[in-house]
Amino acid sequence: MDYQVNKKGFYGEFGGAYIPEAMYPNIEELQSRYLDIMQSESFKKEFNELLRDYVGRPSPLYYARRLSERYGAKIYLKREDLNHTGSHKINNTIGQILIARQLGKTRIIAETGAGQHGVATATVCALMGIKCVVYMGALDVARQAPNVLRMKMLGAEVIPVESGNKTLKDATNGAMRDWINNPVDTHYIVGSVIGPHPYPDLVARLQSVISEEIRWQLKSHEGREEPDYVIACVGGGSNAAGAFYHFLDSPKVRLIGTEAAGLGADTPETAATLATGRPGVLHSCRSMLMQNEDGQITEPYSISAGLDYPGIGPMHANLFKTGRAEYMSITDQDALDAAFRLSLLEGIIPALESAHAFAVLEKRKFNPEDIVVVNVSGRGDKDMQTYIDVMKKGNE
Amino acid sequence: MNRIDQLFRNKKENVLSIYFTAGHPTLNSTVEIIKTLAQEGVDMIEIGIPFSDPVADGPVIQRSSQTALDNGMSLKLLFEQLRYIRKEVSIPLVLMGYLNPVLQYGVDAFCKKCAEIGIDGAILPDLPLDIFQEEYKTSFEQQGIHLIFLATPQTSDVRYRELDCQSGGFLYMVAASSITGAKTGFEEYQQKYFERIKDLNLSLPRVIGFGISTKDTFEHACRYANGAIIGSAFVNALEQEGSLKEKIQNYIRSIRS
Ligand SMILES: Cc1ncc(COP(=O)(O)O)c(C=O)c1O
Repeated sequence: MDYQVNKKGFYGEFGGAYIPEAMYPNIEELQSRYLDIMQSESFKKEFNELLRDYVGRPSPLYYARRLSERYGAKIYLKREDLNHTGSHKINNTIGQILIARQLGKTRIIAETGAGQHGVATATVCALMGIKCVVYMGALDVARQAPNVLRMKMLGAEVIPVESGNKTLKDATNGAMRDWINNPVDTHYIVGSVIGPHPYPDLVARLQSVISEEIRWQLKSHEGREEPDYVIACVGGGSNAAGAFYHFLDSPKVRLIGTEAAGLGADTPETAATLATGRPGVLHSCRSMLMQNEDGQITEPYSISAGLDYPGIGPMHANLFKTGRAEYMSITDQDALDAAFRLSLLEGIIPALESAHAFAVLEKRKFNPEDIVVVNVSGRGDKDMQTYIDVMKKGNE
Repeated sequence: MNRIDQLFRNKKENVLSIYFTAGHPTLNSTVEIIKTLAQEGVDMIEIGIPFSDPVADGPVIQRSSQTALDNGMSLKLLFEQLRYIRKEVSIPLVLMGYLNPVLQYGVDAFCKKCAEIGIDGAILPDLPLDIFQEEYKTSFEQQGIHLIFLATPQTSDVRYRELDCQSGGFLYMVAASSITGAKTGFEEYQQKYFERIKDLNLSLPRVIGFGISTKDTFEHACRYANGAIIGSAFVNALEQEGSLKEKIQNYIRSIRS
């Protein structure tokens, strides 16, 4: 079974480029050039140097002793939270800014939910001296305030989007409209493995450094390259795509993605796309979508802004459909509990998104010999207000 | 013969096409809007199927779509409302909307229903040419429904010719490098673009849309194409004070006086 994108941009029945004609020249150019650019020696050299010297890669693969004792398995944490800017998102933006430069673009746009992708984009734009505009749902602007200020300090313009639920989906609408209005000078740095082909593949390739490192790091820790489990949270699915990438063709490695269930996948207040969605087309790609009978997109809900999206990358829709990966729904409460546990047991305060991956440890039984890698996609600084509110409530 | 083809066979210039969003301003205004537009001598109507995430649309049509959905509009209900529309009007009717509601309805079922009611064509901006040809072309052709493609100022000559070969009925010439929305005049790059396309001597009729709002912009556009489409400006007019009928009459007469 081939889990990679095919020539036409599809993963099985999912993917494609359902683009308005106005986006055709830009997407066509990207489709025809991204592989050549990414495989060129000059790109590889610059990308790898920046990942090493600027981002701080490789990110550690850390053996979590106290978690391992608690759950009775060998648990390793892939520390994407230690990257410059605090999440895996920078792996993608470093790559895309180099591609944008190669394409001669002088203006960058991005959408952001939690603000991590916005910060990572603003960062590389500052690094390269390129103008940056970030679209962010108005609700997210309020709940991820520190990241808004970081983007501004980095010189980016942040445009709050007032339509819909004022979250990630609406931010993406805003960015796409901007690209239609600015078709010549602008490159759109999509923040996850979503959007029209080639974005899902392009972003997955840039994030695949995560699993590439896990392989050799695990070899030096354990004498083997392949763990028994890889666990990652899934919003659009980029950190999970990166963590799964080099294990897709190793059927013995069990892959678990976690979707945000919000108040519960059986309630309307959820963002668990695979648990509740059907195939459809949104944001120029065919994937699983939360929608009503009429094909209108349902507004999602999650405590975590980065997972609050009614769709999922087409690669994951295909891994789900083929059964290659398993996807679990994790509620707000389970994620919060996991965040506090990780803080107390390992001294690591995770992003709310990443906390959804750790909740799996409570729900799954492992064998003592099992090697489990959990991807810590980001750190919790941006979520301190949410955590503080929870602690206040706990004290009342 | 398809009514769109008939229209352009008989009328080569100043074709006026009007877009509105079904379910806006009120849930049941659809039929009255269509009837009044036809009475006012409009040549073709584009009936918008509202969608929750209209990425190619500006603020006005975003708002009308949201209002329509809040009012309870759906594709199923729209087909109900249009059931007897051919007893009322004979001008070409085109459905315009995003792909997902059509996919959920079923593309085959959608085309059949269009044929049954007497809808002549569809415009689905996020259904690109290659996917249409591979997956859906037969469904449309079997029912005689035209799928109309859009082309923009960034569309190359080569691609323009390809779309000209593949589009049904006419080619929708997007006037601006932008999402939908009324503008007051044309910029220099648009002028050059209109001339470039005129010189291509394409085979299909061309209708210019996006940013047309006044008598002036309508007439200007008609110098470079067979006609023009007005959307946002008309939707905006429907949101003003007055009876629906008066608002429509006043607006159309301001364009056609
Ligand atoms: C820390 C962190 N993890 C995960 C995500 C979800 O994105 P993805 O599923 O693309 O990794 C985000 C998105 O904002 C994030 O900030």
